[in-house]
Amino acid sequence: MLRGLDAREAIFGGTMSWTDLKTELADTGYVASDALAMALYLSISLARPLLLEGAAGVGKTQIAKTLAEVRQTNLIRLQCYEGLDSASAIYEWNYQRQLLSIRAAGEAHQQEDIEEKIFSEKYLLRRPLLEAIQQEVSPVLLIDEIDRADEEFEAYLLEILSDFQISIPELGTITATTKPLVVLTSNGARDLSDALRRRCIYSFVDYPDRATERAILQKRQPDLNARLAEQIVGFVQALRKEDLEKKPGVAETLDWAAAISGLGLKDLSADPLTLQASLVCLLKTQSDQAAIPTEVAQRLVGKAA
Amino acid sequence: MPITQFPTRADGVVERITDFMSHLRFNGVGVGVAETELALLALASIDAIEPNQMRLALKAICTKDAECFGQFDELFNAYWYGKGRRRDRAQETKEKPYEKNRWSNRSLLESEVQGSGIGNADTPDDNNDGEAEQSGDGKLIASRTLNLNKADLREFMKPEDLVWAEQVAERIARAIRDRRSRRRKASKRGAALDLRRIARKSVATAGEPLHLLKRNRPDRPVHLVALLDVSGSMTVYARVFLAFLKGLIGADQHTDAYLFHTQLVRISDALRDGDTFRAVNRLSMMAQGFGGGTKIGTNLDLFNKQYAAKMVNGRSVVIILSDGYDTDPPLKIATALARLKKRGCKIIWLNPLKGWKDYEPVAKGMAAALPHLDIFASANTLSDLAALEPHLGRI
Repeated sequence: MLRGLDAREAIFGGTMSWTDLKTELADTGYVASDALAMALYLSISLARPLLLEGAAGVGKTQIAKTLAEVRQTNLIRLQCYEGLDSASAIYEWNYQRQLLSIRAAGEAHQQEDIEEKIFSEKYLLRRPLLEAIQQEVSPVLLIDEIDRADEEFEAYLLEILSDFQISIPELGTITATTKPLVVLTSNGARDLSDALRRRCIYSFVDYPDRATERAILQKRQPDLNARLAEQIVGFVQALRKEDLEKKPGVAETLDWAAAISGLGLKDLSADPLTLQASLVCLLKTQSDQAAIPTEVAQRLVGKAA
Repeated sequence: MPITQFPTRADGVVERITDFMSHLRFNGVGVGVAETELALLALASIDAIEPNQMRLALKAICTKDAECFGQFDELFNAYWYGKGRRRDRAQETKEKPYEKNRWSNRSLLESEVQGSGIGNADTPDDNNDGEAEQSGDGKLIASRTLNLNKADLREFMKPEDLVWAEQVAERIARAIRDRRSRRRKASKRGAALDLRRIARKSVATAGEPLHLLKRNRPDRPVHLVALLDVSGSMTVYARVFLAFLKGLIGADQHTDAYLFHTQLVRISDALRDGDTFRAVNRLSMMAQGFGGGTKIGTNLDLFNKQYAAKMVNGRSVVIILSDGYDTDPPLKIATALARLKKRGCKIIWLNPLKGWKDYEPVAKGMAAALPHLDIFASANTLSDLAALEPHLGRI
């Protein structure tokens, strides 16, 4: 088994195959599908950004976290929102500090090269994108929910993802010391531009099938009773087939499993009342809760068993 | 089942992969030389002899969206396992001219029918289900319709009214045009301080921020896209709506306009013709020539595929001018609109029928479309259009 530095070198050196990567991820607690493992492997070996699409709660963000853990590097995260601008994504000058040092220089009568001084890297506040290209060890850069940012930001991101350099007017161009491994996620709230899509390795992350979800639960909560785990997964799988506004994701399954074992339930069919109450972990809107009354929940339990 | 265009075996990996890429392109997956190159690189880093590995690798590289991701396995099997249907070229060339002739004959015939009975085209539901005439109070409705006709757009055929329509459109375009940006930019006035410039200016005043410079959120232009239905039931409104489009287009250089009936035509360039009357007349002739069944769903779908990627983004407002009577299944409109909406645009539907008394969006297509619309408004008189201005300004 590969660990830490060895793992990183193995991926870059080409001695690690995609199945090794998959097992490595699984050992760290992330059960990836074949398609996802292959996409991730290619994105590392071909040095391309990885674009992950899929519903909320299927583990898109988690893969970046796990990857950082496997490779033992930093995870730098940029959460996108509409109107995201360069001051919060790339860099900003530390204005207070600048003003203070101009003032201090003025009082000490050392004003000759003050302008050069206050526009040096010392006065620069690094935001995620700048930080990501200036790490000593190549980090994992997670650009989360890129579909929430607007087109301008997308265009800017394209530029960074192709050149890995950032120009700051006062300072000049900063080139990447190491290239980060970029993971972009999208919920599909908005269509992304073709240009961005074309630059990325793509994978669509779907809800896991029964066996995979069972394996995930096993990895995350190993002390859970096997029969109960089977029931839990069966129930959630059946629940996803119901007509719901917001289908429960993997994160919800894990929460619910924790709740069930915390409540001391040994069997889902044992206590309908507690079961119904615990569904708040899975159903996150009022209409969804109304759509699954006790009878339906019991029917699903029957199916799951 | 996907169609394979390259049934014969090529030799060498490079050729096979290039062929596979053409096969994907042929089936509507947008891949280019860059993907071919990447695929070849990828094959070097995996065990390419193993089919499943190759499938996964090519899938990660060639697919670009969820839809394509779902189809890929089938496309893969079609090419590499020869499971696709082969395209028979000879047969197709034999069929095509016949199809074409039949088409033009039919549309010619239809336009003649349309031309001879202008009165026919007036009742908007005559080419659909004729529910209104069959119901008990059919006569009453008919007479009421006749009355209301006076106020309908079809009456405004005079040049001065066309000019008015154009002016109304220009005013509406101006009202929609500007939307406040989310980002702040340096400006003379504004609520927020521009610390970056203040810090720089303060160098001269020994750290004393004497000049307080401001930042503000500038206005960003909105991009208008108009789609006009010119099917049989809409012919009577076509002229004025065209003048309206002309007004929208004339207000700036970015607005886009399309006509649709059973096909979709881009008319932005034609409408930019300096002479209003010449442009409107030419286009309304063109529109009448096609008057007949409407395929709203198909056309919206076509618009999505052909133009939307380039023309529609988060700062677009799409205006659809149609009565919503559709020969396509209603679900088609809904899916097409949902897809369009994903581009982040606002959708306005102006329906000339809604102004009629007792009108409900009975047409199933309209009902399916409603959840995807930002504004659904009536517009069968010019004053209606003019009254929309404050509404649309708020979008």
